[in-house]
Amino acid sequence: MTVLSKTKDGKGLARPIYLDYQATTPCDPRVVQAMLPYFTEKFGNPHSRNHVYGWEAEDGVEKAREQVASILGADMKEVIFTSGATESNNLALKGVAHFYKDKKNHVVTCVTEHKCVLDTCRHLEQEGFSVTYLPVGKDGLIDLGQLAEVVTERTAIVSIMAVNNEIGVIQPLAEIGAICRKKGAFFHTDAAQAVGKIPIDVNAMNIDLLSVSGHKFYGPKGVGALYVRRRPRVRLVAMINGGGQERGMRSGTLPTPLCVGLGEACAIAQAEMGVENVRLSALRDRLLGGIRQRLPEVYLNGDLDRRIPGNLNLSFAFVEGEGLMMGVKDLSVSSGSACTSASLEPSYVLRALGVQDEMAHTSLRLGIGRFTTDEEIDYAIDHIVEAVSRLREMSPLWEMHQDGIDIQSIEWAEH
Amino acid sequence: MAYSEKVIDHYEHPRNVGSFGKEDGAVGTGLVGAPACGDVMKLQIKVSPDGIIEDAKFKTFGCGSAIASSSLVTEWVKGKTLDEAAAIKNTEIAQHLALPPVKIHCSVLAEDAIKAAIADYRKKTRADDEAAE
Repeated sequence: MTVLSKTKDGKGLARPIYLDYQATTPCDPRVVQAMLPYFTEKFGNPHSRNHVYGWEAEDGVEKAREQVASILGADMKEVIFTSGATESNNLALKGVAHFYKDKKNHVVTCVTEHKCVLDTCRHLEQEGFSVTYLPVGKDGLIDLGQLAEVVTERTAIVSIMAVNNEIGVIQPLAEIGAICRKKGAFFHTDAAQAVGKIPIDVNAMNIDLLSVSGHKFYGPKGVGALYVRRRPRVRLVAMINGGGQERGMRSGTLPTPLCVGLGEACAIAQAEMGVENVRLSALRDRLLGGIRQRLPEVYLNGDLDRRIPGNLNLSFAFVEGEGLMMGVKDLSVSSGSACTSASLEPSYVLRALGVQDEMAHTSLRLGIGRFTTDEEIDYAIDHIVEAVSRLREMSPLWEMHQDGIDIQSIEWAEH
Repeated sequence: MAYSEKVIDHYEHPRNVGSFGKEDGAVGTGLVGAPACGDVMKLQIKVSPDGIIEDAKFKTFGCGSAIASSSLVTEWVKGKTLDEAAAIKNTEIAQHLALPPVKIHCSVLAEDAIKAAIADYRKKTRADDEAAE
Protein backbone atom coordinates (compact mmCIF):
# COMPACT_ATOMS: atom_id res chain seq x y z
CA MET A 1 0.00 0.00 0.00
CA THR A 2 1.33 3.43 -0.85
CA VAL A 3 1.43 5.99 1.90
CA LEU A 4 -0.30 9.26 1.04
CA SER A 5 2.33 11.87 0.36
CA LYS A 6 1.83 15.24 1.98
CA THR A 7 2.65 18.67 0.64
CA LYS A 8 5.78 20.38 1.99
CA ASP A 9 3.85 22.36 4.62
CA GLY A 10 2.10 19.13 5.68
CA LYS A 11 -1.35 20.72 5.32
CA GLY A 12 -2.64 18.71 2.38
CA LEU A 13 -1.82 16.01 -0.09
CA ALA A 14 0.73 16.44 -2.85
CA ARG A 15 -1.76 14.84 -5.19
CA PRO A 16 -5.48 14.46 -4.47
CA ILE A 17 -7.00 11.04 -3.82
CA TYR A 18 -8.88 9.85 -6.88
CA LEU A 19 -12.49 9.09 -5.99
CA ASP A 20 -14.11 9.55 -9.38
CA TYR A 21 -14.05 6.00 -10.77
CA GLN A 22 -17.37 6.47 -12.60
CA ALA A 23 -15.81 9.26 -14.67
CA THR A 24 -12.90 7.10 -15.73
CA THR A 25 -10.40 4.63 -14.34
CA PRO A 26 -6.64 4.38 -14.68
CA CYS A 27 -5.41 1.67 -17.01
CA ASP A 28 -4.41 -1.45 -15.13
CA PRO A 29 -0.64 -1.84 -15.60
CA ARG A 30 -1.31 -5.41 -16.82
CA VAL A 31 -3.52 -3.94 -19.54
CA VAL A 32 -0.75 -1.56 -20.60
CA GLN A 33 1.76 -4.43 -20.68
CA ALA A 34 -0.52 -6.45 -22.96
CA MET A 35 -0.93 -3.46 -25.29
CA LEU A 36 2.70 -2.41 -25.64
CA PRO A 37 3.94 -4.95 -28.24
CA TYR A 38 1.11 -3.91 -30.56
CA PHE A 39 2.42 -0.36 -30.81
CA THR A 40 5.90 -1.38 -31.96
CA GLU A 41 6.83 -4.85 -33.20
CA LYS A 42 3.31 -6.18 -33.81
CA PHE A 43 2.14 -2.99 -35.48
CA GLY A 44 0.55 -4.60 -38.54
CA ASN A 45 -2.86 -3.80 -39.93
CA PRO A 46 -5.11 -6.56 -38.56
CA HIS A 47 -6.93 -6.55 -41.90
CA SER A 48 -3.77 -7.30 -43.92
CA ARG A 49 -4.15 -10.85 -45.11
CA ASN A 50 -0.86 -11.35 -46.92
CA HIS A 51 1.88 -11.26 -44.31
CA VAL A 52 2.82 -12.06 -40.78
CA TYR A 53 2.47 -8.47 -39.56
CA GLY A 54 -1.19 -8.56 -40.40
CA TRP A 55 -1.68 -12.03 -39.01
CA GLU A 56 -0.19 -11.33 -35.61
CA ALA A 57 -2.21 -8.12 -35.27
CA GLU A 58 -5.31 -10.05 -36.27
CA ASP A 59 -4.50 -12.71 -33.67
CA GLY A 60 -4.32 -9.97 -31.03
CA VAL A 61 -7.64 -8.47 -32.09
CA GLU A 62 -9.43 -11.80 -32.28
CA LYS A 63 -8.16 -12.94 -28.90
CA ALA A 64 -9.46 -9.64 -27.51
CA ARG A 65 -12.80 -10.17 -29.21
CA GLU A 66 -13.03 -13.54 -27.50
CA GLN A 67 -12.19 -11.98 -24.13
CA VAL A 68 -14.93 -9.36 -24.57
CA ALA A 69 -17.41 -12.04 -25.66
CA SER A 70 -16.47 -14.19 -22.69
CA ILE A 71 -17.28 -11.59 -20.02
CA LEU A 72 -20.69 -11.09 -21.64
CA GLY A 73 -21.45 -14.80 -22.14
CA ALA A 74 -21.59 -14.09 -25.88
CA ASP A 75 -20.09 -15.59 -29.01
CA MET A 76 -17.07 -13.72 -30.39
CA LYS A 77 -18.81 -13.31 -33.73
CA GLU A 78 -21.33 -11.11 -31.95
CA VAL A 79 -18.80 -8.52 -30.77
CA ILE A 80 -17.76 -5.51 -32.84
CA PHE A 81 -15.19 -2.98 -31.74
CA THR A 82 -16.04 0.74 -31.62
CA SER A 83 -14.45 3.91 -30.29
CA GLY A 84 -16.37 3.69 -27.01
CA ALA A 85 -19.80 3.51 -25.46
CA THR A 86 -21.02 6.76 -27.05
CA GLU A 87 -20.45 5.31 -30.50
CA SER A 88 -21.87 1.93 -29.47
CA ASN A 89 -25.02 3.55 -28.13
CA ASN A 90 -25.43 5.68 -31.25
CA LEU A 91 -24.94 2.66 -33.50
CA ALA A 92 -27.31 0.43 -31.53
CA LEU A 93 -30.14 2.95 -31.43
CA LYS A 94 -29.82 4.60 -34.82
CA GLY A 95 -28.72 1.39 -36.52
CA VAL A 96 -31.72 -0.63 -35.34
CA ALA A 97 -34.24 2.20 -35.66
CA HIS A 98 -33.16 2.89 -39.23
CA PHE A 99 -33.07 -0.74 -40.30
CA TYR A 100 -36.56 -1.58 -39.04
CA LYS A 101 -38.15 1.82 -39.74
CA ASP A 102 -40.63 0.49 -42.31
CA LYS A 103 -42.30 -1.77 -39.75
CA LYS A 104 -41.52 -0.06 -36.45
CA ASN A 105 -41.22 3.55 -35.40
CA HIS A 106 -41.07 3.46 -31.61
CA VAL A 107 -38.16 3.54 -29.15
CA VAL A 108 -38.35 3.14 -25.38
CA THR A 109 -35.69 4.45 -23.00
CA CYS A 110 -35.56 6.01 -19.55
CA VAL A 111 -35.03 9.50 -18.19
CA THR A 112 -31.82 8.73 -16.28
CA GLU A 113 -29.90 7.39 -19.28
CA HIS A 114 -26.53 8.85 -20.19
CA LYS A 115 -26.68 11.95 -22.38
CA CYS A 116 -25.40 9.99 -25.39
CA VAL A 117 -28.51 7.79 -25.30
CA LEU A 118 -30.91 10.66 -24.59
CA ASP A 119 -29.41 12.88 -27.25
CA THR A 120 -29.52 10.05 -29.79
CA CYS A 121 -33.18 9.53 -28.93
CA ARG A 122 -33.86 13.25 -29.43
CA HIS A 123 -32.21 12.95 -32.80
CA LEU A 124 -34.45 9.98 -33.70
CA GLU A 125 -37.48 12.02 -32.64
CA GLN A 126 -36.45 14.73 -35.05
CA GLU A 127 -36.33 12.07 -37.76
CA GLY A 128 -39.90 11.16 -36.97
CA PHE A 129 -39.55 8.26 -34.53
CA SER A 130 -41.63 8.32 -31.40
CA VAL A 131 -39.73 7.86 -28.14
CA THR A 132 -41.09 6.95 -24.72
CA TYR A 133 -38.99 8.10 -21.77
CA LEU A 134 -39.81 5.95 -18.76
CA PRO A 135 -39.59 7.63 -15.36
CA VAL A 136 -37.73 6.06 -12.45
CA GLY A 137 -38.71 5.63 -8.82
CA LYS A 138 -37.01 7.12 -5.79
CA ASP A 139 -34.62 4.15 -5.90
CA GLY A 140 -33.56 5.07 -9.45
CA LEU A 141 -35.13 1.97 -11.03
CA ILE A 142 -37.75 1.72 -13.76
CA ASP A 143 -41.15 0.17 -13.14
CA LEU A 144 -41.42 -3.15 -14.99
CA GLY A 145 -45.20 -2.98 -15.18
CA GLN A 146 -44.91 0.39 -16.86
CA LEU A 147 -42.33 -0.97 -19.30
CA ALA A 148 -44.61 -3.86 -20.25
CA GLU A 149 -47.40 -1.34 -20.89
CA VAL A 150 -45.47 0.94 -23.22
CA VAL A 151 -43.74 -1.68 -25.38
CA THR A 152 -45.90 -2.56 -28.39
CA GLU A 153 -45.49 -4.33 -31.72
CA ARG A 154 -44.39 -0.93 -33.08
CA THR A 155 -41.44 -0.80 -30.68
CA ALA A 156 -38.17 -1.46 -32.48
CA ILE A 157 -35.83 -1.15 -29.53
CA VAL A 158 -35.87 -0.70 -25.77
CA SER A 159 -32.71 0.91 -24.39
CA ILE A 160 -32.26 0.79 -20.62
CA MET A 161 -28.87 1.28 -19.02
CA ALA A 162 -27.44 -1.53 -16.91
CA VAL A 163 -25.87 0.69 -14.25
CA ASN A 164 -26.40 4.41 -13.82
CA ASN A 165 -23.27 6.55 -14.01
CA GLU A 166 -24.29 8.99 -11.28
CA ILE A 167 -25.97 6.81 -8.68
CA GLY A 168 -24.66 3.34 -9.54
CA VAL A 169 -28.04 1.60 -9.37
CA ILE A 170 -28.48 -1.65 -11.30
CA GLN A 171 -31.61 -1.97 -13.45
CA PRO A 172 -33.37 -5.37 -13.45
CA LEU A 173 -31.83 -6.53 -16.73
CA ALA A 174 -33.17 -10.08 -16.84
CA GLU A 175 -36.73 -8.90 -16.16
CA ILE A 176 -36.47 -6.17 -18.81
CA GLY A 177 -35.04 -8.69 -21.27
CA ALA A 178 -37.90 -11.11 -20.65
CA ILE A 179 -40.50 -8.40 -21.31
CA CYS A 180 -38.77 -7.27 -24.51
CA ARG A 181 -38.39 -10.81 -25.82
CA LYS A 182 -42.03 -11.56 -25.13
CA LYS A 183 -43.13 -8.38 -26.91
CA GLY A 184 -40.79 -8.80 -29.86
CA ALA A 185 -38.72 -5.65 -29.27
CA PHE A 186 -34.94 -5.67 -29.20
CA PHE A 187 -33.34 -4.96 -25.83
CA HIS A 188 -30.26 -2.74 -25.85
CA THR A 189 -28.41 -1.90 -22.66
CA ASP A 190 -25.72 0.72 -22.16
CA ALA A 191 -23.42 -1.34 -19.94
CA ALA A 192 -20.56 1.17 -19.80
CA GLN A 193 -20.74 1.28 -16.00
CA ALA A 194 -21.66 -2.40 -15.61
CA VAL A 195 -19.14 -4.49 -17.51
CA GLY A 196 -16.51 -5.76 -15.11
CA LYS A 197 -18.59 -4.63 -12.12
CA ILE A 198 -21.57 -7.00 -12.20
CA PRO A 199 -21.98 -10.43 -13.83
CA ILE A 200 -23.62 -10.17 -17.24
CA ASP A 201 -24.99 -12.98 -19.38
CA VAL A 202 -26.56 -11.76 -22.60
CA ASN A 203 -28.41 -15.04 -23.12
CA ALA A 204 -29.79 -15.49 -19.61
CA MET A 205 -30.79 -11.80 -19.62
CA ASN A 206 -32.19 -11.77 -23.18
CA ILE A 207 -30.01 -8.83 -24.13
CA ASP A 208 -29.87 -8.20 -27.89
CA LEU A 209 -27.40 -5.32 -28.00
CA LEU A 210 -24.97 -4.16 -25.33
CA SER A 211 -22.52 -1.26 -25.21
CA VAL A 212 -19.09 -1.57 -23.61
CA SER A 213 -16.59 1.17 -22.73
CA GLY A 214 -12.94 0.29 -22.15
CA HIS A 215 -11.88 3.11 -19.87
CA LYS A 216 -14.60 2.55 -17.27
CA PHE A 217 -13.00 -0.69 -16.10
CA TYR A 218 -9.25 -0.19 -16.29
CA GLY A 219 -8.90 -0.47 -20.06
CA PRO A 220 -7.74 2.26 -22.42
CA LYS A 221 -9.76 5.28 -23.51
CA GLY A 222 -10.92 5.46 -27.11
CA VAL A 223 -12.15 1.90 -27.44
CA GLY A 224 -15.39 0.11 -26.72
CA ALA A 225 -17.52 -2.62 -28.15
CA LEU A 226 -21.05 -3.35 -29.20
CA TYR A 227 -22.54 -6.78 -28.71
CA VAL A 228 -25.04 -7.54 -31.51
CA ARG A 229 -27.03 -10.77 -31.17
CA ARG A 230 -26.94 -13.26 -34.06
CA ARG A 231 -29.80 -15.55 -33.03
CA PRO A 232 -32.43 -14.21 -33.33
CA ARG A 233 -30.51 -11.91 -35.61
CA VAL A 234 -30.37 -8.20 -34.96
CA ARG A 235 -29.68 -6.15 -38.06
CA LEU A 236 -28.58 -2.57 -38.20
CA VAL A 237 -27.69 0.16 -40.62
CA ALA A 238 -24.03 1.15 -40.29
CA MET A 239 -23.15 4.73 -39.43
CA ILE A 240 -19.57 4.53 -40.66
CA ASN A 241 -19.12 3.23 -44.17
CA GLY A 242 -15.88 2.07 -45.69
CA GLY A 243 -13.92 -1.16 -46.02
CA GLY A 244 -16.63 -3.27 -44.50
CA GLN A 245 -14.73 -4.26 -41.37
CA GLU A 246 -16.63 -5.59 -38.33
CA ARG A 247 -19.10 -7.46 -40.52
CA GLY A 248 -19.95 -4.25 -42.30
CA MET A 249 -21.36 -2.67 -39.17
CA ARG A 250 -18.36 -0.49 -38.44
CA SER A 251 -15.78 0.20 -41.10
CA GLY A 252 -12.32 1.45 -40.31
CA THR A 253 -9.00 -0.16 -39.41
CA LEU A 254 -9.19 -1.55 -35.90
CA PRO A 255 -6.87 0.08 -33.36
CA THR A 256 -5.05 -3.14 -32.45
CA PRO A 257 -3.43 -1.97 -29.17
CA LEU A 258 -6.71 -0.53 -27.91
CA CYS A 259 -8.65 -3.69 -28.79
CA VAL A 260 -6.00 -5.80 -27.05
CA GLY A 261 -6.21 -3.54 -23.99
CA LEU A 262 -10.00 -3.79 -23.89
CA GLY A 263 -9.76 -7.58 -24.13
CA GLU A 264 -7.19 -7.77 -21.35
CA ALA A 265 -9.32 -5.50 -19.14
CA CYS A 266 -12.24 -7.90 -19.66
CA ALA A 267 -10.12 -10.96 -18.83
CA ILE A 268 -8.80 -9.37 -15.63
CA ALA A 269 -12.25 -8.20 -14.56
CA GLN A 270 -13.81 -11.58 -15.27
CA ALA A 271 -11.17 -13.35 -13.19
CA GLU A 272 -11.17 -10.88 -10.30
CA MET A 273 -14.69 -9.44 -10.14
CA GLY A 274 -15.82 -11.62 -7.24
CA VAL A 275 -12.90 -10.80 -4.97
CA GLU A 276 -12.80 -7.17 -6.06
CA ASN A 277 -16.48 -6.61 -5.30
CA VAL A 278 -16.07 -7.94 -1.77
CA ARG A 279 -13.18 -5.54 -1.21
CA LEU A 280 -15.00 -2.57 -2.76
CA SER A 281 -18.16 -3.27 -0.74
CA ALA A 282 -16.10 -3.18 2.44
CA LEU A 283 -14.48 0.13 1.41
CA ARG A 284 -17.84 1.59 0.46
CA ASP A 285 -19.40 0.56 3.79
CA ARG A 286 -16.43 1.99 5.64
CA LEU A 287 -16.79 5.30 3.79
CA LEU A 288 -20.54 5.58 4.22
CA GLY A 289 -20.44 4.40 7.84
CA GLY A 290 -17.57 6.72 8.71
CA ILE A 291 -19.33 9.76 7.28
CA ARG A 292 -22.74 8.96 8.75
CA GLN A 293 -21.32 8.25 12.18
CA ARG A 294 -19.90 11.76 12.37
CA LEU A 295 -22.31 13.85 10.32
CA PRO A 296 -26.09 14.20 10.62
CA GLU A 297 -28.34 15.02 7.66
CA VAL A 298 -26.47 13.00 5.03
CA TYR A 299 -28.73 11.34 2.46
CA LEU A 300 -27.93 8.54 0.02
CA ASN A 301 -29.30 9.07 -3.47
CA GLY A 302 -30.47 5.86 -5.15
CA ASP A 303 -30.95 2.37 -3.79
CA LEU A 304 -28.11 1.01 -1.63
CA ASP A 305 -28.62 -2.71 -2.19
CA ARG A 306 -29.22 -2.74 -5.94
CA ARG A 307 -26.09 -0.76 -6.63
CA ILE A 308 -22.53 -1.45 -7.75
CA PRO A 309 -20.16 -1.52 -4.78
CA GLY A 310 -17.92 1.25 -6.13
CA ASN A 311 -20.42 4.11 -6.03
CA LEU A 312 -21.88 6.42 -3.42
CA ASN A 313 -23.93 9.50 -4.19
CA LEU A 314 -24.55 11.54 -1.09
CA SER A 315 -26.42 14.75 -0.37
CA PHE A 316 -24.88 16.74 2.47
CA ALA A 317 -27.87 18.86 3.38
CA PHE A 318 -27.31 22.63 3.77
CA VAL A 319 -23.91 22.57 2.06
CA GLU A 320 -23.66 23.44 -1.63
CA GLY A 321 -21.85 20.85 -3.73
CA GLU A 322 -19.40 23.03 -5.57
CA GLY A 323 -18.44 24.86 -2.41
CA LEU A 324 -17.95 21.46 -0.83
CA MET A 325 -15.78 20.21 -3.68
CA MET A 326 -13.58 23.23 -3.17
CA GLY A 327 -13.36 22.30 0.50
CA VAL A 328 -12.39 18.70 -0.16
CA LYS A 329 -9.52 19.70 -2.39
CA ASP A 330 -7.53 16.61 -1.43
CA LEU A 331 -10.20 14.48 -3.11
CA SER A 332 -11.01 14.30 -6.81
CA VAL A 333 -14.77 13.81 -6.88
CA SER A 334 -17.73 15.16 -8.82
CA SER A 335 -20.96 16.83 -7.81
CA GLY A 336 -24.55 16.91 -9.00
CA SER A 337 -24.62 20.61 -8.27
CA ALA A 338 -25.55 22.99 -11.04
CA CYS A 339 -22.48 25.07 -10.56
CA THR A 340 -20.19 22.30 -11.73
CA SER A 341 -21.87 21.98 -15.09
CA ALA A 342 -22.15 24.41 -17.97
CA SER A 343 -25.94 24.27 -17.86
CA LEU A 344 -26.48 25.70 -14.35
CA GLU A 345 -29.18 23.05 -13.86
CA PRO A 346 -28.76 20.50 -11.10
CA SER A 347 -28.32 16.85 -12.08
CA TYR A 348 -31.21 15.56 -14.20
CA VAL A 349 -30.62 12.11 -12.75
CA LEU A 350 -31.17 13.27 -9.17
CA ARG A 351 -34.18 15.30 -10.25
CA ALA A 352 -35.64 12.21 -11.89
CA LEU A 353 -35.42 10.40 -8.54
CA GLY A 354 -37.56 13.14 -7.07
CA VAL A 355 -34.63 14.66 -5.18
CA GLN A 356 -35.51 18.32 -4.51
CA ASP A 357 -33.33 20.87 -6.29
CA GLU A 358 -31.95 22.16 -3.00
CA MET A 359 -30.81 18.63 -2.12
CA ALA A 360 -29.47 17.94 -5.61
CA HIS A 361 -27.27 21.00 -5.16
CA THR A 362 -25.67 19.39 -2.12
CA SER A 363 -24.64 16.11 -3.71
CA LEU A 364 -21.25 14.52 -4.16
CA ARG A 365 -20.50 11.42 -6.19
CA LEU A 366 -17.82 9.29 -4.57
CA GLY A 367 -16.46 6.58 -6.86
CA ILE A 368 -14.09 3.98 -5.49
CA GLY A 369 -12.24 1.32 -7.43
CA ARG A 370 -9.41 -1.11 -7.93
CA PHE A 371 -6.65 1.15 -6.66
CA THR A 372 -8.49 2.74 -3.72
CA THR A 373 -6.94 1.89 -0.34
CA ASP A 374 -8.19 1.76 3.25
CA GLU A 375 -5.88 4.63 4.06
CA GLU A 376 -7.41 6.76 1.31
CA ILE A 377 -10.93 6.02 2.55
CA ASP A 378 -10.00 7.01 6.10
CA TYR A 379 -8.40 10.21 4.89
CA ALA A 380 -11.49 10.94 2.77
CA ILE A 381 -13.82 10.48 5.76
CA ASP A 382 -11.86 12.94 7.90
CA HIS A 383 -11.55 15.41 5.05
CA ILE A 384 -15.25 15.33 4.13
CA VAL A 385 -16.43 15.56 7.76
CA GLU A 386 -14.14 18.51 8.38
CA ALA A 387 -15.20 20.37 5.23
CA VAL A 388 -18.92 19.76 5.71
CA SER A 389 -18.76 20.83 9.35
CA ARG A 390 -16.88 24.02 8.46
CA LEU A 391 -19.27 24.89 5.63
CA ARG A 392 -22.33 24.17 7.74
CA GLU A 393 -21.07 26.66 10.32
CA MET A 394 -21.00 29.12 7.44
CA SER A 395 -24.41 28.11 6.03
CA PRO A 396 -27.51 30.22 6.73
CA LEU A 397 -29.64 27.17 5.95
CA TRP A 398 -27.89 25.05 8.57
CA GLU A 399 -28.43 27.88 11.06
CA MET A 400 -32.15 27.95 10.25
CA HIS A 401 -32.32 24.18 10.53
CA GLN A 402 -30.66 24.37 13.96
CA ASP A 403 -33.23 26.99 14.99
CA GLY A 404 -36.03 24.66 13.94
CA ILE A 405 -37.03 26.67 10.87
CA ASP A 406 -38.33 24.61 7.96
CA ILE A 407 -36.43 25.74 4.85
CA GLN A 408 -39.41 24.72 2.71
CA SER A 409 -41.72 27.09 4.57
CA ILE A 410 -39.79 30.18 3.46
CA GLU A 411 -40.79 32.00 0.30
CA TRP A 412 -37.52 32.23 -1.54
CA ALA A 413 -37.06 34.66 -4.39
CA GLU A 414 -35.86 32.27 -7.09
CA HIS A 415 -33.36 33.92 -9.35
CA MET B 1 -12.85 25.38 -12.62
CA ALA B 2 -9.81 27.41 -11.68
CA TYR B 3 -10.46 29.99 -9.00
CA SER B 4 -8.61 33.24 -8.60
CA GLU B 5 -6.28 33.59 -5.65
CA LYS B 6 -8.60 36.14 -4.05
CA VAL B 7 -11.57 33.75 -4.24
CA ILE B 8 -9.50 30.98 -2.68
CA ASP B 9 -8.27 33.31 0.06
CA HIS B 10 -11.81 34.40 0.99
CA TYR B 11 -13.06 30.81 0.76
CA GLU B 12 -10.34 29.46 3.00
CA HIS B 13 -10.23 32.43 5.36
CA PRO B 14 -13.72 33.92 5.20
CA ARG B 15 -14.02 37.30 6.96
CA ASN B 16 -16.80 38.03 9.40
CA VAL B 17 -18.69 34.74 9.41
CA GLY B 18 -21.49 34.71 11.91
CA SER B 19 -24.78 36.25 12.96
CA PHE B 20 -26.11 39.18 14.96
CA GLY B 21 -29.39 38.96 16.83
CA LYS B 22 -32.10 39.76 14.29
CA GLU B 23 -34.19 41.53 16.87
CA ASP B 24 -31.47 44.09 17.63
CA GLY B 25 -32.77 47.44 16.37
CA ALA B 26 -29.32 48.43 15.12
CA VAL B 27 -29.11 45.35 12.89
CA GLY B 28 -30.32 45.04 9.31
CA THR B 29 -30.61 41.56 7.82
CA GLY B 30 -30.63 40.67 4.14
CA LEU B 31 -31.46 37.12 3.08
CA VAL B 32 -31.28 36.61 -0.69
CA GLY B 33 -31.10 33.74 -3.13
CA ALA B 34 -32.86 30.38 -2.96
CA PRO B 35 -31.75 26.91 -1.91
CA ALA B 36 -33.22 25.45 -5.12
CA CYS B 37 -30.91 27.70 -7.14
CA GLY B 38 -27.87 26.61 -5.18
CA ASP B 39 -27.06 29.84 -3.38
CA VAL B 40 -28.41 31.69 -0.37
CA MET B 41 -26.67 34.64 1.28
CA LYS B 42 -27.44 36.15 4.64
CA LEU B 43 -25.76 39.50 5.19
CA GLN B 44 -26.18 41.48 8.41
CA ILE B 45 -25.07 45.02 9.13
CA LYS B 46 -24.84 46.73 12.50
CA VAL B 47 -25.45 50.45 12.17
CA SER B 48 -24.30 53.11 14.62
CA PRO B 49 -26.70 55.86 15.74
CA ASP B 50 -25.02 58.26 13.30
CA GLY B 51 -25.75 55.97 10.35
CA ILE B 52 -22.37 54.34 9.85
CA ILE B 53 -22.08 50.57 9.32
CA GLU B 54 -19.79 49.61 12.16
CA ASP B 55 -19.87 45.85 11.76
CA ALA B 56 -21.08 43.22 9.29
CA LYS B 57 -21.48 39.46 9.30
CA PHE B 58 -22.45 36.86 6.74
CA LYS B 59 -23.41 33.27 6.23
CA THR B 60 -23.59 31.77 2.75
CA PHE B 61 -24.79 28.52 1.20
CA GLY B 62 -23.15 28.38 -2.19
CA CYS B 63 -20.09 27.83 -4.26
CA GLY B 64 -16.66 29.27 -3.56
CA SER B 65 -17.40 32.40 -5.56
CA ALA B 66 -20.61 33.04 -3.64
CA ILE B 67 -18.81 32.62 -0.32
CA ALA B 68 -15.98 34.89 -1.48
CA SER B 69 -18.39 37.57 -2.77
CA SER B 70 -20.26 37.77 0.52
CA SER B 71 -17.08 37.65 2.59
CA LEU B 72 -15.66 40.51 0.53
CA VAL B 73 -18.69 42.76 0.91
CA THR B 74 -18.66 42.40 4.70
CA GLU B 75 -15.20 43.99 4.54
CA TRP B 76 -16.25 46.65 2.10
CA VAL B 77 -19.38 47.88 3.86
CA LYS B 78 -17.69 48.41 7.21
CA GLY B 79 -17.14 52.11 7.93
CA LYS B 80 -19.44 53.18 5.12
CA THR B 81 -22.67 55.13 5.40
CA LEU B 82 -25.81 53.35 4.27
CA ASP B 83 -25.86 55.32 1.04
CA GLU B 84 -22.22 54.58 0.33
CA ALA B 85 -22.79 50.87 0.96
CA ALA B 86 -25.87 50.86 -1.23
CA ALA B 87 -23.74 52.24 -4.06
CA ILE B 88 -21.47 49.15 -4.19
CA LYS B 89 -21.87 47.60 -7.63
CA ASN B 90 -21.73 43.92 -8.49
CA THR B 91 -19.23 44.72 -11.24
CA GLU B 92 -16.76 46.00 -8.64
CA ILE B 93 -17.12 42.75 -6.67
CA ALA B 94 -16.74 40.61 -9.80
CA GLN B 95 -13.73 42.59 -10.92
CA HIS B 96 -12.01 42.48 -7.55
CA LEU B 97 -12.44 38.70 -7.30
CA ALA B 98 -11.76 38.11 -11.02
CA LEU B 99 -14.98 36.10 -11.31
CA PRO B 100 -15.49 34.25 -14.60
CA PRO B 101 -18.70 35.02 -16.57
CA VAL B 102 -20.61 31.99 -15.18
CA LYS B 103 -20.02 33.30 -11.65
CA ILE B 104 -21.20 36.87 -12.20
CA HIS B 105 -24.54 35.97 -10.57
CA CYS B 106 -22.66 35.45 -7.28
CA SER B 107 -21.61 39.09 -7.30
CA VAL B 108 -25.15 40.16 -8.23
CA LEU B 109 -26.43 38.25 -5.25
CA ALA B 110 -23.90 39.93 -2.96
CA GLU B 111 -25.04 43.36 -4.17
CA ASP B 112 -28.65 42.32 -3.60
CA ALA B 113 -27.74 41.16 -0.10
CA ILE B 114 -26.31 44.58 0.82
CA LYS B 115 -29.41 46.35 -0.50
CA ALA B 116 -31.71 43.92 1.31
CA ALA B 117 -29.85 44.40 4.61
CA ILE B 118 -30.03 48.20 4.28
CA ALA B 119 -33.73 48.07 3.39
CA ASP B 120 -34.39 45.86 6.42
CA TYR B 121 -32.53 48.25 8.70
CA ARG B 122 -34.41 51.26 7.31
CA LYS B 123 -37.74 49.52 7.67
CA LYS B 124 -36.95 48.70 11.29
CA THR B 125 -35.86 52.23 12.19
CA ARG B 126 -38.93 53.71 10.48
CA ALA B 127 -41.11 51.35 12.48
CA ASP B 128 -39.26 52.40 15.65
CA ASP B 129 -39.72 56.08 14.81
CA GLU B 130 -43.41 55.57 14.19
CA ALA B 131 -43.75 53.64 17.44
CA ALA B 132 -41.98 56.49 19.27
CA GLU B 133 -44.29 59.14 17.88
